[in-house]
Amino acid sequence: MSTIKNVQNILQKHNSEPSALIQILNDIQVEEGYLPRKSIDAISSELKIPLSKIYGVITFYEHFKLIKPGKHTVTVCMGTACFVKGAKQLIQTIENTLGIQTGETTEDGKFSARRVACLGCCALAPVVQIDGEVHGQMTPAKLQKVLNKMIKDEETENEGDVQ
Amino acid sequence: MTAEKQILICEGTGCKSSKSHEIREKLSLLIDEKGLEDEVSVSFTGCHGFCAQGPLVIVKPEGTLYCKVKLENAEEIIESHIINNTPVEELFYHDPKTGLKIEKYEEIEFYEKQKRILLANCGQINPEVIEEYIETGGYSGLRKALAMKPIEVIEVIKESGLRGRGGAGFPTGLKWEFCYKAPGDVKYVICNADEGDPGAFMDRSILEADPHSVLEGMLIGGYAIGASHGVIYVRAEYPLAIIRFKKAVEDAMKHGFLGENVLDSGFSFHLKIQEGAGAFVCGEETALMASVEGKRGMPRPRPPYPAIEGLWGKPTNINNVKSWAAAAWIFKHDVKSFREIGVEKSPGTAIFSLTGKVKNSGLIEVPMGTTLREIIFGIGGGIIEDREFKAVQTGGPSGGCLPESKLDLPVDFDSLQAAGSIMGSGGMVVADEDTCMVDLAKYFLSFTQKESCGKCTPCREGTLRALEILERITSGDAELSDIDDLEQLSKIIKDTSLCALGQTAPNPVLSTIKYFRDEYEEHITEKRCRARVCADLMHYQIDPELCIKCGICAKVCPVSAIPGSKETGYHIETRICTRCAMCYTRCPKDAIFKFPGAGEQ
Repeated sequence: MSTIKNVQNILQKHNSEPSALIQILNDIQVEEGYLPRKSIDAISSELKIPLSKIYGVITFYEHFKLIKPGKHTVTVCMGTACFVKGAKQLIQTIENTLGIQTGETTEDGKFSARRVACLGCCALAPVVQIDGEVHGQMTPAKLQKVLNKMIKDEETENEGDVQ
Repeated sequence: MTAEKQILICEGTGCKSSKSHEIREKLSLLIDEKGLEDEVSVSFTGCHGFCAQGPLVIVKPEGTLYCKVKLENAEEIIESHIINNTPVEELFYHDPKTGLKIEKYEEIEFYEKQKRILLANCGQINPEVIEEYIETGGYSGLRKALAMKPIEVIEVIKESGLRGRGGAGFPTGLKWEFCYKAPGDVKYVICNADEGDPGAFMDRSILEADPHSVLEGMLIGGYAIGASHGVIYVRAEYPLAIIRFKKAVEDAMKHGFLGENVLDSGFSFHLKIQEGAGAFVCGEETALMASVEGKRGMPRPRPPYPAIEGLWGKPTNINNVKSWAAAAWIFKHDVKSFREIGVEKSPGTAIFSLTGKVKNSGLIEVPMGTTLREIIFGIGGGIIEDREFKAVQTGGPSGGCLPESKLDLPVDFDSLQAAGSIMGSGGMVVADEDTCMVDLAKYFLSFTQKESCGKCTPCREGTLRALEILERITSGDAELSDIDDLEQLSKIIKDTSLCALGQTAPNPVLSTIKYFRDEYEEHITEKRCRARVCADLMHYQIDPELCIKCGICAKVCPVSAIPGSKETGYHIETRICTRCAMCYTRCPKDAIFKFPGAGEQ
């Protein structure tokens, strides 16, 4: 479905109500994975809210993404429980393995690394979320293994594409 | 006909992440295959709070608790326990203190010492089946309330002495009364489920495991105040809680508890679920309301208080998830039973998410007035690997750290505040000798600094400057006078910030300076981090006795700081080392050790 058609459906669902802006943005992000400029323009003209206001809202909330995330997203929980149990080392592991900082995406668009304030799985700390799935009681070695496997899978898939 | 035995699988976020739903499907399949459907039912529940032991499976009526269950254990549970009546001992809880295997749910120290009232249904009923909630007496509180006059309902809450469970402990009945008395036909009630404290997850668990209790509380509150509309503001990071609550709303509508003319009382109530978008400040009530209105979640000065001018400019009452659930509990039972629990000025229970360096981590509920020692060493089972206890942090980024000397403090709103911390929304993180208190203060302050909305200067600029001082201390570039500056700056931020975020942001800093000043001083004068956490004030060394010269450390080092060979062995060049810990975490023989101090440069 085209982006604009998508936006129209979502706006309809919320009766084009300007106060539902956050919900609308949320729904678009669920569909698209991020907030494409085209969609934001469409919301602006449909709801008659200036772009500046919409960007004000988008940039205020941590949850919204303006840049397309990688195919895989690796998120490290930085809640207190995870922090005291070594979340910093997990971030190091990701940065060393993927060669990017948290908040960035690899050049080939395969991996994004993020940190999140808390996933609320504190009793399983430290926690890493990979493509939406929570992995509890993580260690750098375990994480390294998971990442290596993901990288390898991606490489084999690429080779498959070439052939 | 109801089945004789029940197998309940925990499907809270924690257990579900370990694929507990697959275990349930497998168990159901096996029950069908063996033709046991009439004798055994398989169902799921929300969070038990004992997530570190998950996935959890309970067999009723005997109350057997199976821990860390794997998919391949399903067959064994059916064959041995269900068919041959021999519980599977291997999957019992293993008590870290005594080394004993314990079968029954209620005999485990973690549960034995708790008083679960708000969490009573969590893990016991299927949160997606409204009938199961009704069977436990659910919605009887609402019926009771609807038979009273609204002001009488408020009187009940006032008499109960219930205080706001969101953290500040403001008397709930009084809050309701303000809103009740505020002029206006249109009023709102809001449930604050924007659980922002990184380290607390009780609101999520209650919404996932017992959503109707919150809904019932909101209905009672809405009726008392005269509000026909309610909003629940839930963090978007809690997708399962949102799904379960939506289901609860649909079912409550079907049963006539929600919508027009609730239970033929003439009272109507409509509820909207609003997802947050990841801003800590939205836990502040005025910021939350701005966010519900679709704006940036910026707080505004009070007065006017939300009770007079709240959502869309109308009188509004906001309470936390636990406060709403407690209101429902009080009506389901009575004021006397509630007041019998806890202490005079803080009746009822406190819920904590006990995490960090304790043996049993999870969600716990205890009577107000229980000591920190009973919680950490009783329910929590003590510190992991019997290491030394150093501090307990309560109240998240707005709270403080308390040392060993405060362990016998009875926990309630007032005692924690007097000691320099707060109850907050219930995060309780235990730190041991490997936790650096300066680094912990820096962690919290960097969190609040990042989450500061930027509206008022003391919070926006003050937290940044304070963070810079902490950076200097942890990197060994500070002077002793920096501690005094930090203390003074913290007090100014507390006194002059607009909202609770800024007013409480310095608490972790002030409490760690108060109780762990020597650690701060050591960082500055001796350039040494005793917990071996601060990268610039610690170093790594390889123990040649333990080293097997495998070379993995040298291979994984991203900055080639480990020269040597498989013949001569390896050593770490402290000068080049960036303290990334790759070698430390990868050494197969644990032959790399951390030492305080920067090491030879």
